[in-house]
Amino acid sequence: MNSPAPRKLRVATASLAGCFGCHMSFLDIDEHLFELVELIEFDRSPLTDIKDVGPCDIGLIEGGVCNAENVHVLREFRRNCKTLIALGACAVNGGLPAQRNHIPLAECLREVYQFRDGVANGQIPNDPELPLPLDKVRPIHEVVRVDYFIPGCPPSGPAIWKFLTDLLAGRTPRLSGGLLHYD
Amino acid sequence: MTKQFLLDGQPVPFDDGQTILEAARKAGHYIPSLCWHKDFPPHGSCKLCVVKAAGRHVSACATPAKEGWEVESNTPEINGERRGLLQMLFVEGNHFCPSCEKSGNCELQALAYEYEVLTPRFRHFFPDRPVDASHPDVLLDFNRCIFCELCVRASREIDGKSVFALTGRGIGKHLVVNAESGRLGDTDFAATDAAAHICPVGVILPKGTGFAVPIGKRSFDITTIRSKTLKESS
Repeated sequence: MNSPAPRKLRVATASLAGCFGCHMSFLDIDEHLFELVELIEFDRSPLTDIKDVGPCDIGLIEGGVCNAENVHVLREFRRNCKTLIALGACAVNGGLPAQRNHIPLAECLREVYQFRDGVANGQIPNDPELPLPLDKVRPIHEVVRVDYFIPGCPPSGPAIWKFLTDLLAGRTPRLSGGLLHYD
Repeated sequence: MTKQFLLDGQPVPFDDGQTILEAARKAGHYIPSLCWHKDFPPHGSCKLCVVKAAGRHVSACATPAKEGWEVESNTPEINGERRGLLQMLFVEGNHFCPSCEKSGNCELQALAYEYEVLTPRFRHFFPDRPVDASHPDVLLDFNRCIFCELCVRASREIDGKSVFALTGRGIGKHLVVNAESGRLGDTDFAATDAAAHICPVGVILPKGTGFAVPIGKRSFDITTIRSKTLKESS
């Protein structure tokens, strides 16, 4: 009698204050995607368009935390994912969005929506549906506990693949020998 | 007979007056450093060269070697401390590698690669440190300063100009420029000065050459800081 196929691991992904570059880099593992779908299935992710995260084995977070909705999504991921991974520079240390951190938020918004060249009668958007921005952009480990970090802007496809295969095989994930880059 | 001490169990010969760091590197053993430079007396501020000698933590760059000492350097304990020091340096400033011209040539970044630093671990300070673009040939980006004083020392001792200084204490410590306006453009600093080429991170940057060598083909994209350092000290 054949033994049943091992359960596929559920993986969720999200982009918070990110540019989706890390998700694009994830797709850059190219033909390894075929091996990957044998081992995992996706829960909430831009790839599935599922809107809420359910119980998962692995959560991949791209981007830092810049607004109230990011905080909500991140906490939901932490509650549901056994292993939470910061994917890319912005999730790891705030990255490009965090470059606004030394400018007061109101000044930042006024500069963009009221004083920028070519803007007349500009108003700062205040629709109640818009999530409120935080005063500073935070790396995700400053908001929830994070199990692993994959630096890089973005991390390369081979780096993501090495990390995931280590993790899926039960090894301690390790990025070395040229796979570790911050740029 | 030459004197020797043991570094991680390996015998290292030394001459009287030589520091642990100098003797180790000469013998082909790597001990990391950021603020140390062969042309200057030890500074002892970055503490990355920390080793355990005779049971005490000391800076290898500033401690003369002693006959018969047992020195620990490449151990999980010491390397863990080095990792912690690097992480503190990263969160104290604004080290945003993807937009830094020095990325790939930066010693702080290369050491973080060497010690496999994957996370900042601590809360970021996100300090406000405006840049100084007043000089025609050189940009100053204080966001990345690690207070190693290499530029201070080079400007004073090699260039004879004393363009830079550190001021303030503790969390308020920062690099300043010796001009009434505080701007580099109002000093006699030149792109040919030794101080213009000594910064281990991306504070003092020559203008117009930032991306002459593309990301991915720079020093520490090709080699490790360990092998580069050992090659230079052999």
